[in-house]
Amino acid sequence: MTDLELNCPLPLQYDQIVMAHGGGGRLMQQLLDSIIQPVFSNPILNQKHDSAVLNINGSRLAFTTDSYVVKPLFFSGGDIGKLAVCGTLNDLAMSGALPLYISCALIIEEGFAIKDLQRIIQSMQQAAQQAGVLIVTGDTKVVEHGSRDGVYINTAGIGIIDGNINVSPANIQAGDSIIINSDLARHGIAVMLEREGLNFESSIKSDCANLSGLVQLLIQAGIDIHCMRDLTRGGLASCLIELATASRHHFEIDETALPIHQDVNSACEILGFDPLYIANEGCFALFVPEAQTEQTLAAIREHPLGQQACLIGKVKTAHPKGLVTLQTAMGISRVLDLLSGEQLPRIC
Amino acid sequence: MKYLDEYRDPETVKKLTAAIKTITTQSWNIMEVCGGQTHSIIKYGIDQLLPDTINLIHGPGCPVCVTPLAYIDKALAIAVQPKVIFCSFGDMLRVPGSHHDLLSLKAQGADIRIVYSPLDAMKLARQHPDKHVVFFGVGFETTAPTTALAAHQAKQLDLNNFSLLICHVRVPPVMQALLNSPGNQVQGFLGAGHVCSIMGYHEYLPLSAQHKIPIVITGFEPVDILHGLYLCIKQLEEKRYQVENEYSRVVKEQGNQPAQQLMRQVFDVVDRSWRGLGEIAASGLALTDEYEQWNAEQRFAVTTINTQEPAACRSGDVLQGLIKPAQCPEFGNSCTPEHPLGATMVSSEGACAAYYRYRRYQHD
Repeated sequence: MTDLELNCPLPLQYDQIVMAHGGGGRLMQQLLDSIIQPVFSNPILNQKHDSAVLNINGSRLAFTTDSYVVKPLFFSGGDIGKLAVCGTLNDLAMSGALPLYISCALIIEEGFAIKDLQRIIQSMQQAAQQAGVLIVTGDTKVVEHGSRDGVYINTAGIGIIDGNINVSPANIQAGDSIIINSDLARHGIAVMLEREGLNFESSIKSDCANLSGLVQLLIQAGIDIHCMRDLTRGGLASCLIELATASRHHFEIDETALPIHQDVNSACEILGFDPLYIANEGCFALFVPEAQTEQTLAAIREHPLGQQACLIGKVKTAHPKGLVTLQTAMGISRVLDLLSGEQLPRIC
Repeated sequence: MKYLDEYRDPETVKKLTAAIKTITTQSWNIMEVCGGQTHSIIKYGIDQLLPDTINLIHGPGCPVCVTPLAYIDKALAIAVQPKVIFCSFGDMLRVPGSHHDLLSLKAQGADIRIVYSPLDAMKLARQHPDKHVVFFGVGFETTAPTTALAAHQAKQLDLNNFSLLICHVRVPPVMQALLNSPGNQVQGFLGAGHVCSIMGYHEYLPLSAQHKIPIVITGFEPVDILHGLYLCIKQLEEKRYQVENEYSRVVKEQGNQPAQQLMRQVFDVVDRSWRGLGEIAASGLALTDEYEQWNAEQRFAVTTINTQEPAACRSGDVLQGLIKPAQCPEFGNSCTPEHPLGATMVSSEGACAAYYRYRRYQHD
């Protein structure tokens, strides 16, 4: 048997990290579930919220962290600094918290222009000021020239959760309405078009925005929010699949109700991307009791970030594994599944 | 969106579905040649709208799926060379070679870049005179003209740090090969619309006449596909065997003549191996001797790499319509989009990947 040559190419078990491990799809989920989660396992982490909810001396604090890597650093509708503040504020907001303080850790590549760094720092301060939070601690490291990306930012944030608020995938119930606040896929497409130097006639702007004001408005309006999730990496589809899996329910989404800007749709068609899997930075899904649907829509639409709010689907029934289906315009129901990693542009 | 919305209109879809039901009196096996059509059929659930007697066979028209393992291995061998920038269309990166895929080589430090056009790769070559830029030219007659243009421009500019790894393939010979195969079940074809936008459809006239088979050149939107099916079934029911053009808003009989001329100038027609199907006469395109200098296979001496396909993968049977993806024992088990056994599970246009992504729950 010594001359037996196995030329079956696969299964390829990756023994190093590939880009798809960070793409928000199935490979990333496998990485978290097999390498990270089991080692760190504890009751707070295991809830898999965007933020950890901490009970400290009778107060409930939300605590979160996120790292920001984006090429290009400056894009239509934002920059890495605004993204780093808003992204972390949004993670806090999605647990129902009022954001209070954030940190800022910079990893800067040798040779990076000081004026670009100033621009980024100004942008962070402006976003924090608008949100009424303070950047209260930080760290700076410089790495050798060659990483090609210029600067990475990590921010962590804490916020306080009002005693009555309980937002969690576990609260999702059959009959809940699924609502989103704005049109989909703008951030991912805006960044991609700039990164790839693709010239389209229209300018698609990132939707990068701080959602905590809008969430606070909903809380004050007395909306019984069962769950919320911002539709970042992996887009609407991946976020819904994660929530359906966590809550073990079947979500049914109405394809015809999904708001997608025509220019974004055109770009997706040309590049062969599915907008449902493209990242957003100012868009979130919320689950509310059916009876509060209209009240919720009216409240969201009062806010500048909620003008296009709409009902996109329903939580149908409990489901042993969790399932998301899309009811298409043609009357067909098809399943939405996690992608392996990032979407890759098609050949033709 | 103009030119899209009207071809996804639910009312038109309903009318066409009803019309197909009305004219269908018996069972028919119809192959959609192009992977883009397969993707649309599964994504929109078009097969679920058809009468049970209409069996769609998913054809070999996915460029990622039919690129032979040997060429993936050649690509991998070139991509790890020092001072090489290896450029590829995105969905080739995840196709497994014998031991790696391009994604893992990228993770190990190889300079592998996704481009949208070979002309972008040429631009990189001009920006990096100290590097050698290789473009992986795969695909059918749809992508071949841009590769031909890149070769042509490279010659004009005498661009020495640029070369092409060519594995372009042609559609008519593989349709011929399928029809000649003893196990052939295909009774009608939906022709590949975008290939015909370049090549026209005069090539299909003798094929249709010789094999007495309807060929309907078809687009990619739900209305196009249903309209194509309607025309194809109508021919079969009426015992007519013609070439029809459903996609007339894009396809003309003679196609894009300047593109064809450029392809003739740059490429020779050669025999080519297809993943899962084996060697098919006159089914490939290769650079002519005049462009030898830009042939990456020669430049990097990888011509001798000749790898065998894995036995477990039944993509060949899928591509010939002998089995549906879910009938393969490996489907969803040892073969998934994360760990594909064969290329039909890799590309979003591959039949196995389309079934896995949109139908997986049905097999859970």
